[in-house]
Amino acid sequence: MNETQWRVTFEIYRQKTGQPAHFDKFVMDVDPDEYVLDVVERIWAYNDRSLTFRHACHHSTCGACGMRVNGVEKLTCITPIREVARNGGQVRIEPLRNFPVLSDLVVDMSDFYLRLDDVKFSQVASLQDACLPFERKQQVREDGRYERLVDCLECGMCISACPVALTTPEYLGPGVLAAAQHAYQQSRDASLLDQVDDQDGVWRCHSAYECTAVCPSNVDPGWRIMDLRKDILRHQISKIFSRRGPSR
Amino acid sequence: MKNEPDSTNFLRWFDPRNRNLGTLAFILNRITALGLTLYLFLHLIVLGTLARGPEAYDGFIKLAKTPVILFGETLVIAAGIIHGLNGIRIALNSFGIGTRYQRQIFIGLMVIAAGCIAIFVKSMFFSH
Repeated sequence: MNETQWRVTFEIYRQKTGQPAHFDKFVMDVDPDEYVLDVVERIWAYNDRSLTFRHACHHSTCGACGMRVNGVEKLTCITPIREVARNGGQVRIEPLRNFPVLSDLVVDMSDFYLRLDDVKFSQVASLQDACLPFERKQQVREDGRYERLVDCLECGMCISACPVALTTPEYLGPGVLAAAQHAYQQSRDASLLDQVDDQDGVWRCHSAYECTAVCPSNVDPGWRIMDLRKDILRHQISKIFSRRGPSR
Repeated sequence: MKNEPDSTNFLRWFDPRNRNLGTLAFILNRITALGLTLYLFLHLIVLGTLARGPEAYDGFIKLAKTPVILFGETLVIAAGIIHGLNGIRIALNSFGIGTRYQRQIFIGLMVIAAGCIAIFVKSMFFSH
């Protein structure tokens, strides 16, 4: 083996419906600069055609290939082998946590998508609104004529990394709360605040910021949840004063 | 491996492997909170000895001055300081203050916590 070819053992989580989970090992000759997803695809193509996993774009736009690589949530299409292994080492690949496993590395994300719909998540925003407010905006037009896809890929990695989501299925989760914050930022629709002002909404977050740490797309769910709390407090305080107003 | 959210997964809260500083803060907050809650119950039980007369209370005070109990008290003080200072970080963040710098705030507060704990240790074990 040389600098352009490593031998790495891939331990891959396997589980089919109703069967116990186990790990299968595949010893692969890899280029350290190729991506984890490339090797998973090769394992499927040449070693085991029954391996199931999700992937589509191969350039971190679709968010389909989120998996846990050595215990950390990664978009495998942009994770080079060199970043997660060494020559002669091992890479463990598991499905995302906190979602039911459908088959091997494929998890059921339907609840997550439905919750995104509930908070009126918009996949498109004006150039101004698509960024985080504190970000240096590179593409802004004053007339707001142009739009772009928002940063969230709906990969679900933030929910997998969240320690609170481990124990509370009812918790909306960082991705959904970030989407609610984004929707509120665009629409100022107060019903969104009422929707997430709940023990299973913004107040369930315990500030571990793992969501922000694993987000591959600069969404910063941790910041957005805290911003949402601020908006809720502001909204509640303004409601108190507006109630007092007419009685004077 | 249990993959779905479940209340029985709570032991995995305490697994810091492959996670970031935020998880360490999360774990510290949980451990210190549990420790302080346990201490509250022990404290109430000890206060109950007051009702059993002066001898029982004096006996407890003698026990309280032993190194093992002093070490336990140091842990309680450390837990109180860590939990309180970490709580300040969480409260500030919840008002939208310093959210982007929560790591640095956590490190700064834990340095302060270490200093405060060192002062308490010195005064409890080395000042007599």
